[in-house]
Amino acid sequence: MGGSILGNRVVRKEDPKFLTTGGKYVDDLFDEPLLAGALHVTYVRSTVAHGQIISIDTSTAKDMDGVVAVFTAESLGLELMPAGLNKSAKRAFLARDKVRYVGEPLAAIVATSRTAGEDAAETVVVDYNVLPAVVDVREAAESTVHLFEEVGSNIVFDSMNLGAPDNSGPEFFDGCEVVVRETIVNQRVAPCPMEVRGSAVAWVDGRLHQWLSTQHAQGAHSSLCRTFGYEPANVRVIAPDVGGGFGAKIGLYGEELLLSVMSQQLGRPLIWRESRSESMVALGHGRAQVQEIAIGGSRDGRVHAYQLKVLQDCGGWVDSAAFLAPFMTRPMSQGVYDIDRIECRTLSIVTNTTPVVPYRGAGRPEATAAIERAMDLFAAEIGMDPVDVRSKNLIQPFNEPYQTKMGQTYDVGNYIESLNRVTVAAKYSELRAEQAKRRAAGDTVQLGIGVSVYVEITGGGGTGDTAKIEVLENGRAKVYTGTSPHGQGHDTAWSMLASDQTGIPMDRIEVIHGDTDLVPKGGGTFGSRSLQQGGAAVHVAAVELVDIARGLAATLLEANEDDIVLDKENGAFHVAGSPSVNKTWADLAVAKKSEGGLVHAIDFRVDGATFPFGAHVAVVEVDTETGKVRHIAHTTCDDAGTVLNPLLRDGQIHGGVAQGSAQALLEEVLYDPDGNPTTSNLADYAMISAAEVPSVTIVMMETPTFMNPLGAKGIGESGSIGATPAVQSAVCDALLHLGVRHVDMPATPERVWRAIHTAKSGVGQ
Amino acid sequence: MSQMIKVAITVNGQHTTAMVEPRTLLVQYLRDNLNLTATNVGCDTSSCGACTVHLNGEAVKSCTILAVQADGENVTTVEGLANGNEMHPMQQAFMANHGLQCGYCTPGMVMAAISLVKDIPNPTEEDVRIGLEGNLCRCTGYHNIVQSVLAYAEGK
Repeated sequence: MGGSILGNRVVRKEDPKFLTTGGKYVDDLFDEPLLAGALHVTYVRSTVAHGQIISIDTSTAKDMDGVVAVFTAESLGLELMPAGLNKSAKRAFLARDKVRYVGEPLAAIVATSRTAGEDAAETVVVDYNVLPAVVDVREAAESTVHLFEEVGSNIVFDSMNLGAPDNSGPEFFDGCEVVVRETIVNQRVAPCPMEVRGSAVAWVDGRLHQWLSTQHAQGAHSSLCRTFGYEPANVRVIAPDVGGGFGAKIGLYGEELLLSVMSQQLGRPLIWRESRSESMVALGHGRAQVQEIAIGGSRDGRVHAYQLKVLQDCGGWVDSAAFLAPFMTRPMSQGVYDIDRIECRTLSIVTNTTPVVPYRGAGRPEATAAIERAMDLFAAEIGMDPVDVRSKNLIQPFNEPYQTKMGQTYDVGNYIESLNRVTVAAKYSELRAEQAKRRAAGDTVQLGIGVSVYVEITGGGGTGDTAKIEVLENGRAKVYTGTSPHGQGHDTAWSMLASDQTGIPMDRIEVIHGDTDLVPKGGGTFGSRSLQQGGAAVHVAAVELVDIARGLAATLLEANEDDIVLDKENGAFHVAGSPSVNKTWADLAVAKKSEGGLVHAIDFRVDGATFPFGAHVAVVEVDTETGKVRHIAHTTCDDAGTVLNPLLRDGQIHGGVAQGSAQALLEEVLYDPDGNPTTSNLADYAMISAAEVPSVTIVMMETPTFMNPLGAKGIGESGSIGATPAVQSAVCDALLHLGVRHVDMPATPERVWRAIHTAKSGVGQ
Repeated sequence: MSQMIKVAITVNGQHTTAMVEPRTLLVQYLRDNLNLTATNVGCDTSSCGACTVHLNGEAVKSCTILAVQADGENVTTVEGLANGNEMHPMQQAFMANHGLQCGYCTPGMVMAAISLVKDIPNPTEEDVRIGLEGNLCRCTGYHNIVQSVLAYAEGK
């Protein structure tokens, strides 16, 4: 082939830094001059789940060595502010009258060291009138104890407000030979980025500089200006290296917002970094849905009707969680299937638990889990292979927009092909044969095979992104992007895109992101949006820059522009056939010096989202005596359109699969009945390790989208969306012959053991 | 403020010394006293391994050791691995195999991996997975970390 670098496995140019000196995270800013003499902030957090605050006594803390100031909602004059989706629900950034979850910030200590702040925080005495805690989302929906009394209910949003029909009556399933119902739990999990939250602030000449571990610096900039009325020109947000986000670092948290206010009052720079134990209760959690599914069809395997009711646990605040079920789960509830009748109703409900935020997939894994579990239950009921049932009901391949019953416009899809490829690669038939052998022999360790087929929405809600390319007088280039990588490898990927068009070598291209002074407008990195919007923007900017440069070279060479070609090998423009007389990128940058340099900026627009799809096969072994599950093999066929760099694509899939496996088998955030968290550190929370997940076999499939010039769809969340139901399904499949039809996630040994014994004794069957 | 104690620790071949509070952890000494910030803190229960360094050539979680316990000893952090501009073969293996994404767990992971292969020179995939159980990563799903370590072990 020769020529384009796109599509090649290119190792990351950002790696040597991370491997030798380490990244520069918020906690590593010791040499930042604006932060010299910074004080440390420690938040005092609620130790009760639900209570009225009678008093907060900070007198001892104030007198302690090293303590400079102690702030409360009262001393800062913080007002209650309404939630986006329900204006009756209000809170302040520090709890004022009431606390609604363990970990809610109540007060802030500012001290000369982190340890002094922590010591002082221990001495703050809060007197509560403790209220009954509402912990379970199903109980919360009915409870007369309300988190936000003004709302008059714990249900803060109902998708029927969107005008969707109810369709909950039994006539919905008229004509179905078989109807299967089940209530399934998509449990609460903790995002656990390896770097917890942190931020630092400094006011310099009336201008705020805020460093933040965030996925979206420009969004944080907007939040700061909106919340406190700061002039946009007087705020600079900088995302240094960010140690993972997974959705939990998209929005700005109260602890981060308040830093600028306290810093302004004290006239000192401030640094805040939470501990992991704080992070486990104060960084948002993910998932947390209870789903009532009902599926009906005929015994030949055709599904005619599917109904989903979602109870979304929002935790103790209404913000982003309230959006997830109605605007992410509901639209994707149809999945990859052609079903005559489908309806999904969602209720967003507050509880006395940590607020829920987007987490890798953000509402779509929940939609996929629901319909995939429904398909399996239906298959089991009619005694058909789960792959066959899926094959019978998949939407036929399409290359033109496909309108779903849930109001989505899928771009391109070939679901049956991804299912076929993954079952061949996983040796599905051989696995079934091995399973039959073990079942016939009554082996203690049984084999389970789980299949999922999914479609997801990526780049949803986004309309595009910005890109700017600047060529320097030494021939190097700077690429400015509105996306904000925190592990995704944009430095490499965006350099590939710019190099592909300009011929400027990748190691002479610097990618700049996450600093609102340098990139004022940008969409950040979440929702698997970056390549298809931010990367496409870089591509288009590079294409246009080459055109501009060609015109400039024509003028300088006194030639016709149409005769000018770019020699990418040498990074020089010349008249076709006369390479010796040329203008290099450096020449052109020098020529443009007096006119502001050789630079091109665009605001690239897209018409809408893309809908990547794929299929997974998970294999587990279940010890039927102990209930222990081992995830032993995993094969995926994820179609994200045209692939820019398979190295990065595979990395995204691997990470997602591990998080999916983690949810299916291991991880769950738990509370006791009083709302006390019992998994509030990494010793108690079963975060998945290398020993618990298999290597992943990836099967290629590329169906380009027409929604952007790269043909690219998102890949960041596919792994978690496809793997979670596949692994859960594999566990259920291993136990099917023992009479078990469903095991909720995570399939812990105890839960599996109980399912086997309940089935054995006939209870509940 | 409690009484300060003097420690002297050889870090990456350099003699270092400081007055520290007795409760100072080795990781705090490295990060706060020496500004060696590659070694990260990812938890507060010694669960995550992000702070793994070598103490006299053996991998240890530097949050489990007090600075005073390392007095007079030899410590190596990821900053001390490369030979000039040439990365240590384990660092090279991580780069070649995409064994890192956000980079936060990486320094600790690399230090743990070197120690692992020293103990088990020809590890199986299972050996690597079990050997790295104490080092958590949220980005890579461990697949490419395991590949990196196996590639390093094979290439030695």
